[in-house]
Amino acid sequence: MDFLTILQIMDSAVRLATPLLLACLAGLFSERAGIFDIGLEGKILASAFFSAGVAALTGSVWLGLLAGVGASMVFSAIHGLASITFQGNQLISGVALNFFASGITVLVGEAWFSLGGRTPSLSGGERFSPIELPLSETIMPVPVAGPLYHDLISGHTFLVYIALIAVPASWFLLYRTRFGLRLRAVGENPAAVDTAGVSVIKLRYAAMVIAGVLCGLAGVYLATGLAAGFVKEMSAGRGYIALAALIFAKWRPWHALGATMLFGLLEAIANRYQSIDLGGIVIPVQFMQALPYILTVLILAGFGGKAIGPRAGGVPYVKER
Amino acid sequence: MEKMPRWADVALIPILNLIIAFALSALVILAIGEDPVAAVKMMVTGALGSTYGWGYTLYYTTNFIFTGLAVSIAFQAAMFNIGGEGQAAMGGLGVALVCLYIPFPHWALALVFAMAGGALFGAFWAAIPAYLQAKRGSHIVITTIMFNFIAASLLNYLLVNVLRPQGSMDPASARFPEPTRLPTFQDMFSTAENVMFRGTPANVTFFIALLACVGVYFLMWRSRLGYEIRAFGKNPAASIYAGISPFKLTMIAMLISGGLSGMMSINNTMGESERLIMNSVEGAGFIGIAVALMGRNHPFGVLLAAFLFGFLYQGGGELALWTKIPRELITVIQAFVIMFTGALDNMVRMPVERMFIRAAKRREG
Amino acid sequence: MNVENTQGQPETVAPAIELRGISKAFGPVQANKDISIRVMPGTIHGIIGENGAGKSTLMSILYGFYKADAGTILINGQETQIPDSQAAIAAGIGMVFQHFKLVENFSVLENVVLGAEEGEMLRPSLAKARKLLKELADEYELHVDPDKLVEDLGVGMQQRVEILKALYRQADILILDEPTGVLTPAEADHLFRILEGLRAQGKTIILITHKLREIMEITDTVSVMRRGEMTATVKTKDTNVEELAELMVGRKVLLRVDKKPATPGDTVLEVKDLRMVDDHGVERLKGIDLHVKAGEILGIAGVSGNGQSELLKVLGGFANGTGEIRINDDPIDLTGKHSDGRSRRERGISHVPEDRQHLGLIMDFTAWENLAFGYHHAPEYQKNKLLMDNAGMIETAQGEMDRFDVRPPNPMLSAKNFSGGNQQKIVLAREIERNPDLLLVGQPTRGVDIGAIEFIHQRIIDLRDQGKAILLVSVELEEILSMSDRIAVMFDGHIMGERLPAETDEKELGLLMAGVTDTKGAA
Repeated sequence: MDFLTILQIMDSAVRLATPLLLACLAGLFSERAGIFDIGLEGKILASAFFSAGVAALTGSVWLGLLAGVGASMVFSAIHGLASITFQGNQLISGVALNFFASGITVLVGEAWFSLGGRTPSLSGGERFSPIELPLSETIMPVPVAGPLYHDLISGHTFLVYIALIAVPASWFLLYRTRFGLRLRAVGENPAAVDTAGVSVIKLRYAAMVIAGVLCGLAGVYLATGLAAGFVKEMSAGRGYIALAALIFAKWRPWHALGATMLFGLLEAIANRYQSIDLGGIVIPVQFMQALPYILTVLILAGFGGKAIGPRAGGVPYVKER
Repeated sequence: MEKMPRWADVALIPILNLIIAFALSALVILAIGEDPVAAVKMMVTGALGSTYGWGYTLYYTTNFIFTGLAVSIAFQAAMFNIGGEGQAAMGGLGVALVCLYIPFPHWALALVFAMAGGALFGAFWAAIPAYLQAKRGSHIVITTIMFNFIAASLLNYLLVNVLRPQGSMDPASARFPEPTRLPTFQDMFSTAENVMFRGTPANVTFFIALLACVGVYFLMWRSRLGYEIRAFGKNPAASIYAGISPFKLTMIAMLISGGLSGMMSINNTMGESERLIMNSVEGAGFIGIAVALMGRNHPFGVLLAAFLFGFLYQGGGELALWTKIPRELITVIQAFVIMFTGALDNMVRMPVERMFIRAAKRREG
Repeated sequence: MNVENTQGQPETVAPAIELRGISKAFGPVQANKDISIRVMPGTIHGIIGENGAGKSTLMSILYGFYKADAGTILINGQETQIPDSQAAIAAGIGMVFQHFKLVENFSVLENVVLGAEEGEMLRPSLAKARKLLKELADEYELHVDPDKLVEDLGVGMQQRVEILKALYRQADILILDEPTGVLTPAEADHLFRILEGLRAQGKTIILITHKLREIMEITDTVSVMRRGEMTATVKTKDTNVEELAELMVGRKVLLRVDKKPATPGDTVLEVKDLRMVDDHGVERLKGIDLHVKAGEILGIAGVSGNGQSELLKVLGGFANGTGEIRINDDPIDLTGKHSDGRSRRERGISHVPEDRQHLGLIMDFTAWENLAFGYHHAPEYQKNKLLMDNAGMIETAQGEMDRFDVRPPNPMLSAKNFSGGNQQKIVLAREIERNPDLLLVGQPTRGVDIGAIEFIHQRIIDLRDQGKAILLVSVELEEILSMSDRIAVMFDGHIMGERLPAETDEKELGLLMAGVTDTKGAA
């Protein structure tokens, strides 16, 4: 494998990891606040459709972005209503929202475009275009560092950079601010937060809002950055992989970056090679595709340190009698 | 003191939940510019208006009975088995291996072995998450989701690289030998002058599914094991006090659940496609969640709910054929049913409870 | 103490807290009924009552957890609305709950700061809190390492964190709900010294408890609650234990048990060097030796958390132990397959667990299902090899409910629809009707109304008189003294000593419960 190939795979890994990272951070805020979110998949899908759909109708990717994030936030709000206000089962709510997304995107897509659930292909201002970072052409001739900067670091759409910035921003918000302290506390012991005079409900809804925005961006990137338009079921399990990455990262922002990059890399390799020959042992592509899930099961099984989520996760907060 | 009468809990609230779910579905149909009344008429005609429609409706119903029962048994043990999809897919593998590699003299014998094969593979696929939950505390919802994807990859690999007959481009196994062909409703109910259920996939498995409902009823409500599963699901700590082993119960409940999911494939793989194909389960594992929730985890309720979804599936197919409403309408209805009978149950329950308490107080005072 | 001081205040001083006509209902249950109370500043005011008398509900209303259906709250003479905890804190009220409200994997400092941060950024808040915490610790003898994680602290220390939380929020009124339930006697004494120190600083303290001794020891004024109503408020120095007990239960004699002297037979239960280590690696039983004979009641006295629960768990078969346990001179397994609850029952051990709602009953199961719980393998419940005899079980249950006077006597009703006393009767009926050789009983009358208490006690004594062995665990000394034929006292996983009820008293038992072995001089 030559340097250029490695660079191409790495570049592809970063692109593929971006929606995972955004969704993973969305899940992180939600679960850190004590709300399980298996509805990431549905939020990505809904956002992908509405961003591509609105971009196609209006010609503006920015309006698409608003629509995508808005759709994701509506989903978050419903999830909040079920899990926070009506103290329902968070897992069931997530499952329902995933179905809702996969149905409604096709229904509305048919009604709008009559293309069998697709949107028209996006081009020009309907998509996000890559950003050339300063000096990338200048440094290009420098061996190794030049191509690395030009091909890998520069030349992504702005959402990739937003996702990368979201990592330290999330860390800071969680560990260095009052809001973060309270958010982490509400996922561990909501009664402690409530008796300290802070509203559990408001905190959890705030987490839902953040999760909605981040997950919305993941969907927007998928349909208008990574791809050029929406196709049926285009989230293709990314929400679940993000969930897996969240467990892999043990609910920590920097580790989430590592986990999603790893899973992005696995996908990039699987996309490029049908099978990998490792000195006689042939690894089939299906194994590469399943690897994120297998790794997550191993982590859940307690290999490589126990993965313990926030202790109040999944439990609706009911004041005790 | 009772908060509200039993009939309200068993009938009133589920019916209110369903009414909301269907009313919203009607609104969705309106919103995409179609007529809900006409849609319902077309669905009824398409799904129940002919033996052809019934043949498909009951075929889907059969699938959903198995997966609904599977989810409901896990629910009774306080576990959310979201892995019905993967377990049914693996069950398909078990059925395929049995049918392909054992020479059977008669379909009845083949059916017994295929049931065992499907159940065994499905149970095995549920066993690993169950073990990890019981011994390691790994959340079964997450592990069963992961196992769905792993099953998909595994079957993909096997169908492309191992089971695909030479020369075939299709990622599917070879056709099962003729003696394993299950009698369809057409075979069973047609007479010389009157062909019924023509070309539909409903087959003898439907009766196995009905038997499964009866079996699950006796298991859950009349046997010691069912008593223990229900007790464990409602109060694990008390179960330990009573001498019920949490490990044993978690394993058994999930094995039965996975086994039932796996058995579904005698309907779709052995009965319908007669070979193992990619994505043979087609979401039936997930529909089991809606069926179990709507059926309140009771086999009789599951049967009714499975029939309703069978009707929706066939009716939805007809709609897609004759109108601009895509099949995915069913997925939306399914989402509403899960949401309102599952997660948003309290939205209806709380006000109804308050109403009954107020009424009770008025009677007293 | 400065009782004269507080009593000598002129009447013109407004009460720190005044409640007027507070009422609260949960669905059909009236938890508080027209409650009025005045708590003077700088005093320790006790609120006493049985479990379920409505004390905790009242305090939750004061802390903004529940909204009262009627009534007003006055803080320092000002009518105050307390819609949430935030408002309670703003009004200067701090609350130490029975079950601590701490984030286990946060540090002490983070727990104290939570909800009372200075600004958006965390660091300045934590720095300021660290300084203030040190001052508070010095002032009130409340030393805790601010950087320790709460989960690494003992129960007594965690309670200090709760008190510090309240003081950090500048609470002038401190409510403590059953604060000594989880404390050793030494820790409880330390707590009382802290409370006295707080009173000396002018803080107002409300102490909720059902322990009469504590009320007499530390309070200035005491209010008694019974069945949701405030039955009396008196000055502590003007009352005594007997009067308070009468006010609490509504009749003169708290406990009267008619029983003949025991006629013990052969040894049924023999325990030798029993040890048990819990999930956290803490040794809970440190070599227990005891025996119970047929036809006698051995009472185990002790403060909660000294190993009594663990003793019942090991004997009942839902925790592993080491050592030796013999039933009728035959050893039973302490680990492995044959050490579960089912095996114990097959060996003639019945068990009325301490916590009936969490262990003894499945609240969503019907009464008849609950009456077979744990015995569902018994041959009489089976119709054939595969199925249970549901109809027969309902019939059996009906008979048991009639004999144990369970009201309403309807086996089809869910357990959650019965009152505490009737739930306990269901458990008792199930365990006694099995005609065991040995009955383990934990806290048989906790949260049970007075009428049911007598009935339950009588049934246990009847069983003794039929020649069965009974091991009774209770934190209520009066219950232990009136029921037992012999008394063993547990402290810190040890049996501190054995006494005969006729030859001992509460004082001596209290010393043993506090870990003092040399009681000769004191008794």
